[in-house]
Amino acid sequence: MAGLDIKAINKSYGSAHVLSDINLAIDDGEFLVLVGPSGCGKSTLLRMIAGLDAPTSGDIRIGGKLVNALAPAERKIAMVFQSYALYPHMDVRKNMTFGLKFTGVKPAERERRVAEAARMLRLEPLLGRYPRDLSGGQRQRVAIGRAIVREPDVFLFDEPLSNLDAALRVSTRVEIARLHRLLGATMVYVTHDQIEAMTLADRIVVMNHGRIAQVGKPLELYYSPADLFVAGFIGSPAMNFFPAEVVGVEDGKARIAGGAIDALILPAGPLKPGARLTIGVRPEHLAPVAGGDFATAGVVELVERLGEASYAHVRRADDKMTVAEIRGRRTPAPGDPVTLSAPAEDIHVFDADDRRVSTRA
Amino acid sequence: MVRQRFQILGVHAILIAYCALALGPILLVVMNSFKARNAIFGAPLAPPTSATFSLVGYMKVFHASHIGTYFMNSLIVTVVSMALVLLFGAMAAWALTEYKFRGSTVVALFLSIGIMVPIRLGSVAILTMMREAGLNDTLTALILVYIAQGLPLSIFILSEFIQQIPRDLRDAARCDGVPETRIFFEVIAPLLRPAIATVAVFTIVPIWNDLWFPLILTSSDSTHTITLGVQQFLGQYITDWNSVLAALSMAILPVVAIYVIFSRQLISGLTAGAVK
Repeated sequence: MAGLDIKAINKSYGSAHVLSDINLAIDDGEFLVLVGPSGCGKSTLLRMIAGLDAPTSGDIRIGGKLVNALAPAERKIAMVFQSYALYPHMDVRKNMTFGLKFTGVKPAERERRVAEAARMLRLEPLLGRYPRDLSGGQRQRVAIGRAIVREPDVFLFDEPLSNLDAALRVSTRVEIARLHRLLGATMVYVTHDQIEAMTLADRIVVMNHGRIAQVGKPLELYYSPADLFVAGFIGSPAMNFFPAEVVGVEDGKARIAGGAIDALILPAGPLKPGARLTIGVRPEHLAPVAGGDFATAGVVELVERLGEASYAHVRRADDKMTVAEIRGRRTPAPGDPVTLSAPAEDIHVFDADDRRVSTRA
Repeated sequence: MVRQRFQILGVHAILIAYCALALGPILLVVMNSFKARNAIFGAPLAPPTSATFSLVGYMKVFHASHIGTYFMNSLIVTVVSMALVLLFGAMAAWALTEYKFRGSTVVALFLSIGIMVPIRLGSVAILTMMREAGLNDTLTALILVYIAQGLPLSIFILSEFIQQIPRDLRDAARCDGVPETRIFFEVIAPLLRPAIATVAVFTIVPIWNDLWFPLILTSSDSTHTITLGVQQFLGQYITDWNSVLAALSMAILPVVAIYVIFSRQLISGLTAGAVK
C-alpha cells in the first residue's frame, strides 16, 4: 500500500503543452478520480503514473520512492484499460497469470491469487474461456482480475466503463466501489463521466487544458466550484450562467443587475460597484415561483419529462436558455411565461476572471 | 435484382476466364508429363489416353538424374530462407514500429529502397562477395541472398500489421511486467499469424521458382536446385520433353502444398475479442 506524490509535472510534445505544473498528493488507500473533458490531459497524467509515458519535467513518487526512472512493472501499479486489452490468444486464467510468470511469483501462489480474484469477481465459470467468448462486462471483470492478481500498491483505471452499456456501467461501477472497500488499495481513476466521478471518488481532480482546475471532495465541487469551468462541468444538467454587474453597494448589500436578472441582492463581501460578474444557478435550485432572492423570467420552450422531475428549457430576456428542474406532476407547457427564482444561498458568483467570489461574511 | 445477377455473372465470367488462362499452361504441363514422346508432339492438347499414357518421363527423371538431391536442396533453401525472413522480418518490423531510435527513419528508408531495386542488379557484386567469403557453390550463399531479397517487403507488410495491433495490448503487457522480448514473442507474434502466413507465401514462391541465383552461385550437382536441375534436360539440339515436363510437374507440388497449408492460416479475425 502506498500513497502517491506528484510534483511539478510538465509534459509537452514539441510546442504543445499537454500538462502544465501538475502538483498532486494522493493518500494511501484513497480513491482519486481525474475528470475533465477529452484532451484535458487526464489520461496522459495516468500513463505517466504508470510509467508508459515520461514527463518532460517533474517528479513522481509512489510510496515515497522516486519512480521517474522505473519501468511500469517496477512501480507496483496495475492498470485497467478502456479497451480491456486482454490477450486474445490466451484464456481467462492465462490472461491473469501471464504477467506473474515474469515477476517471480511461484505457480502455487499464482493459482491462489487467481482463485481469490476469480471468487471476488465471480469469474470462476469463465476461467477456461477466451476473451472473444466473453461479453463486454465479463471482459472488463477479467481485466480488473488481471490487475488484482498483481497485488499492486496502486490501481490505475483508464475510463474502464466507457465501452459498456448503461446498465452494465452502473453494476460495474458498484463492483469497483466494492473492490476499493475490500482491498483498501490506492486507486486513481480517469473518466470523463462526472457521475462516475461523483459516485466513486473520495476526492475529485477536475482538469482543464492540462491544468488542475480544482481538487476536492465530490460535494465540495458541487457546492463551491472554484471557477466557472468546474461549475459548468460538475452537475447535470449544467449550471445556468447569467452575465451581470454590480450596480450599487449599500449597508453591506450589493445590488446586482443583468439582462436576464429581474432582481438580486446579495451580501456584498468583496464586491465593488461596477464589477462585472457571472451569476450561476443550478437547475435544481430554480423553482417556478415568484419571491426568491434571485429571479429571472422567460418563456418555456421545451419540457423534458424524466419521471421524478422535469427539465423546463426557458428562453429568457437575453435570448439565452435557462434550464430549471421542476419537481412534481404539474409541469409548465411550452409557450407558458414563467418566473424562476432561487434563494440567495444557492447563488454562485464568479468574477471577471471566472474565479469564485465568496459573498458570505 | 436482375441487373445485380447479371453483374455477378459478368464478374464470374471474367474470373473464370482468368483462371483458365492462368491454369491452362500448368494443366498442359501436367497432362503431357503423363504421355509418351510421340503423343506430346502429335496432340499436345489431348489428355493422356490408355494408348498414349506413359510414365517414361518420371522413370527417367528418377533414374538418370539427381532429382532427389535437387528437390532436397530447393526445400532446404526455401524453408530456411523463409523461416529466417519471417523471424528477422517480424523482429525488424516490431523494432521499427515500436521503438523510435536515432536512425530508425534512415533504416526504414533504406529498406524501402530494397523493395524498389531488384536484387539481381547486384548479381556481380554478390558473386564476388560470395567467392571471397568462400561461399560459392554452397546452399548458404543462396540462403543469404534470398533472405536479403525477402526481408524488405516482409518488413514492410508486417509493420503495417503491427501498427494495427492495439497499443493498449503492449501497454498492458508492460504494466504486467512482461519483458520486451516476451512481449514480442508471446503477445505480438501470435497475433501476427495471418500476416506471417501472407508473407510466407509471398516469400516462398519466388525463392522456389528462382533460376537466376542457383545458376550463378552453384556449379556442382550436389548444390543444384530443382529449377536448375530441370535445365539439364533442355539441350541445345535435343530436349528431353518427357523428363522436363515430369520434373516441372513435381516442382509444382510443394508450392501447391504451401498454399493449402497457409490459406487456412490466412483467415484472420484472431484479434477479435482483444479490444472492445
